[in-house]
Amino acid sequence: MTSAPLDKGLPLKRSRLSHTATYWLVFGAVLALLVAAPLVLPVFWSGFLTEILIWGLLAMSSDLLIGYTGIVSFGHSAFFGLGMYGAAAALLLVSPPNLWLAIVFGLVGAAGAALCVAYFSTRIRDIYFAIATLIFAQIFYVIIFTWTSVTGGENGLIFDQPHFAIPFIVNVPFHTATMHWFVLAVVTASYLTLRRITQSPFGMVLQSIRENEARTRAIGYPVERYKIVSVMISGLFAGLAGALYAIQKEFAAPDFVYFLTSGETVIYNLIGGVGTLVGPIVGAGFFQLLRQFMAQWFGDQFPYLIPLGLVFIAMIIFLPQGLLGFARRWLNK
Amino acid sequence: MASIGQFLHSIPVDLLIIQTINGIVTGMILALVASGLTLIFGIMDVVNFAHGELFMLGAYMGVVAFAMTGNFWLALALAALIIGIFGAALQIVTLRPLIGRSPLNTILATFGISLVLQNYALWQFGPVARKMAEPISAEFTLFYLQYPWYRIVIALLSGAIISALWLFLKFNRYGVWIRATTQDRVMAQAMGIPVPLVYTGVFGLGAAMAAVSGVLFAPFGGVDSSMGLQWVLEAFIVVVVGGMGNLGGSIVAAIFISLLEAYAAVWLDPSQAVIASFVVLILTLLFRPTGLFAAPK
Repeated sequence: MTSAPLDKGLPLKRSRLSHTATYWLVFGAVLALLVAAPLVLPVFWSGFLTEILIWGLLAMSSDLLIGYTGIVSFGHSAFFGLGMYGAAAALLLVSPPNLWLAIVFGLVGAAGAALCVAYFSTRIRDIYFAIATLIFAQIFYVIIFTWTSVTGGENGLIFDQPHFAIPFIVNVPFHTATMHWFVLAVVTASYLTLRRITQSPFGMVLQSIRENEARTRAIGYPVERYKIVSVMISGLFAGLAGALYAIQKEFAAPDFVYFLTSGETVIYNLIGGVGTLVGPIVGAGFFQLLRQFMAQWFGDQFPYLIPLGLVFIAMIIFLPQGLLGFARRWLNK
Repeated sequence: MASIGQFLHSIPVDLLIIQTINGIVTGMILALVASGLTLIFGIMDVVNFAHGELFMLGAYMGVVAFAMTGNFWLALALAALIIGIFGAALQIVTLRPLIGRSPLNTILATFGISLVLQNYALWQFGPVARKMAEPISAEFTLFYLQYPWYRIVIALLSGAIISALWLFLKFNRYGVWIRATTQDRVMAQAMGIPVPLVYTGVFGLGAAMAAVSGVLFAPFGGVDSSMGLQWVLEAFIVVVVGGMGNLGGSIVAAIFISLLEAYAAVWLDPSQAVIASFVVLILTLLFRPTGLFAAPK
């Protein structure tokens, strides 16, 4: 579409590159840095970066709800956890363990949880939605924690890492760098998909629900159905993050289904900046790095959530758009 | 018919009666927690995530004050006073700057507060649960149990506090301020009521009530840093089932939910009995999203 005549009348200093070109240049540069990271970084930090990407994916999935549909989910630990236990099921039941099957199982598990949460919680608005998702996540936590014979209860499940396998072409075990590249590929693909979704007509409707739900309904959009689909999509990506985490760490534990994971997901979003998709990844990185540094400086037992919680409260009061909030419009253009 | 008779015989009547009393006692404490929560929501539209943490800190304050003074009732009053002032300070520092922003901002801020307080308690008091002696050691015989009178006293005391709150809201000058602000804050301000001060006062009052319930609960549950989340979840369920901002509804709902969980615990593991109240919540959200006991507007 050619730009409207209004744009031409503004003799502003425009950058020589178009917005699209700049965007993809920056995107490529960041991606290149992330690809090169495991070649430069020591093994520990490389694995750490992989973990940040996975948390970032979880946070990004939640951003679809917080930043675009305008509803806050406190139940993302359920999707993440079901993805994790789904992957665990595939890795334990099928031998030899298959990477793709683990991801598919994880997605199926998360989709089940998401369907349930979406169907019930989207009937209610604002705060009630947040409370309902929180309680749903807690139901899943209680079930996973007490159903010891299947889920291993408090101890969780331990399994072997699958090989990276494409049938007839390649079958190699993962090591730190290849795992990083694999996760990076999945997260990048997810980012591009989510970005496409938010820019599609469907995403526009979601944003219009965020801006004015009553008006969107009055125009004739079935708001509940749009919300259900957005919760489902969000849950699927959260489940993908859970499956990746299970594959990277080779275990599944009920701690990750606990409310704290959902809470931290919301914190990543708020710190990084909602409605930007990449902001939550930055937020996750910021949070995990601070946590790691505090553990190194003050010991493992240091209650890192006290200073991080204070930072979080201060950010809500003084910087509600988050670290990348300034770039929000640019990123969504 | 025989099978029905068998089933009726298999119901442990004595156990059910014990669980009824247990349910009512827990329900009264829960009602005290939930009425603070619903009061804060009704007046400020703030869902206070940190309410469970105020409950937990109140219990810890009670344990500490009890160890220092040796008098349970003095410890109760001290804990209520300290946590009440603390709550008011918390409101001034963190929530007052957020007035006028989206309610989601305030829920996130109180969530941050709850994280900080919970981890502070864990860091300060350690992971081992603290015990507290019951101030009244007399017991009466209930079937095969020696049932402590203390629990009955708790239920009565909670009822008395809630009644006092109701009378305060109904007849006291400041209670009328609170009700006026709940109904129409702009008009209340225009009539000369210092609305920001009322906000702070109500938050402090709610915090003090949470602290009282925490101290009352401490002797029979033990005190640890994670108890807050469990209680705030139950209180959320109660407040939603009873109707947000509806004081009477949340008291009825608190007793209803606690009885239900107590009966469920006869047949289920206590950790799974929680699911019963989750189910009630989901059904409420499906069929009466404004709450089971909400007055039609």
